[in-house]
Amino acid sequence: MKIVKKAQAGTMQSSDLMVFLEPAETLSVTIESTVVKQFGALIRAKVDEVLEKHGIESGEVRITDRGALDYAIEARLETAIMRATEG
Amino acid sequence: MADFKLRRSLLYVPGNMPSMLQNIPIFNCDSVIIDLEDAVPLAEKDAARHLVKRFLLNYTDRNKELLVRINPLDSKWGYEDLKVVLPAMPDGIRLPKADTPEIVERLDTLLTEFEEELEVEIGRFGILPSLESALGVINAVGIANSSERIFALAFGAEDYTASMEIERSRGGEELFNARTRVLWAAKAKGIQAVDTIFADVSDMEGLRAETELAKRLGYTGKCLVNPRQIEVVHDVFAPKEHEVEYALQVIEAIKRARQLGTGVIALGGKMVDAPVVKRAARVLRTAYAHGMVDTLIDEEEIHGAQ
Repeated sequence: MKIVKKAQAGTMQSSDLMVFLEPAETLSVTIESTVVKQFGALIRAKVDEVLEKHGIESGEVRITDRGALDYAIEARLETAIMRATEG
Repeated sequence: MADFKLRRSLLYVPGNMPSMLQNIPIFNCDSVIIDLEDAVPLAEKDAARHLVKRFLLNYTDRNKELLVRINPLDSKWGYEDLKVVLPAMPDGIRLPKADTPEIVERLDTLLTEFEEELEVEIGRFGILPSLESALGVINAVGIANSSERIFALAFGAEDYTASMEIERSRGGEELFNARTRVLWAAKAKGIQAVDTIFADVSDMEGLRAETELAKRLGYTGKCLVNPRQIEVVHDVFAPKEHEVEYALQVIEAIKRARQLGTGVIALGGKMVDAPVVKRAARVLRTAYAHGMVDTLIDEEEIHGAQ
């Protein structure tokens, strides 16, 4: 799938995250988190896994994490992808 | 009913809030109702159903009944809710605005189709219809009989009072007829009846009074909007020590009666016969579920050997 428009998903509540997606030539992922030191790599791994599952190869991905668990990261990213890829 | 499942407390959890969802395993209620309807803004319906799906798939060590309140089937979200959430295997669906038997039948058919597609046992997904309008209350009997998936009827007073164009009072007098009608329909079908929510989380006394009223009428459980309400509701629905003791005496008395070749005997000057034994058996089953007695009473003790 291809990111064709700007989209976002999630909230700024605790245990949640915000995902911002934008069309771009290449793939870039930035993660902002209160726990980035401890969990940054794990969040990144989860994000990469979900992007790959949906065949996203380009786009700007920005994550603002509020201490979300894996299932929430996956769900919010999924929702953002669906919103950003529908015609 | 053959399988006795304790449903005293059915806690609503908003479907789009991870902080609440991930507390579900530690809430000590009997069931949760994850809400995709009123607790979710229209613009977030898609997000909530994906979040709920991911949460459920991840919640493998399940320790309570998990129901999902979908959006009404005639809305543009209801079908999509089922499609996304059912593969994550909730125990059942709370159907809002179950105003007619036909609406429930439609859900029943859809659930059967999803069960076939998912290759799970037909009838795996239960239905808890919400009777929450004048029409729904009038149709209670037909609704109770509209699907074998229905394990209980739920009364929804908030929408009901809206449909009646009245205010809900603390005493609840305006709900009396509707509450009773829903109850009759449930009891006639032999299923459970679940009372409406009590919205004021700070008013524990009001919650207790309303729960006691519901219990006296015959309701077996109540829907809750906050985990802080669980304890009061469990306390009200728990059989009292003296009730359990009396129930045990009734069972002993009826056993003695049978040895004497009769089905009726006096206990403390009061007659004990089949209906009394049946009530005692219900108390003891509930007591067992509360851990107040060690053994579950068997059918032979209730009815005697053939």
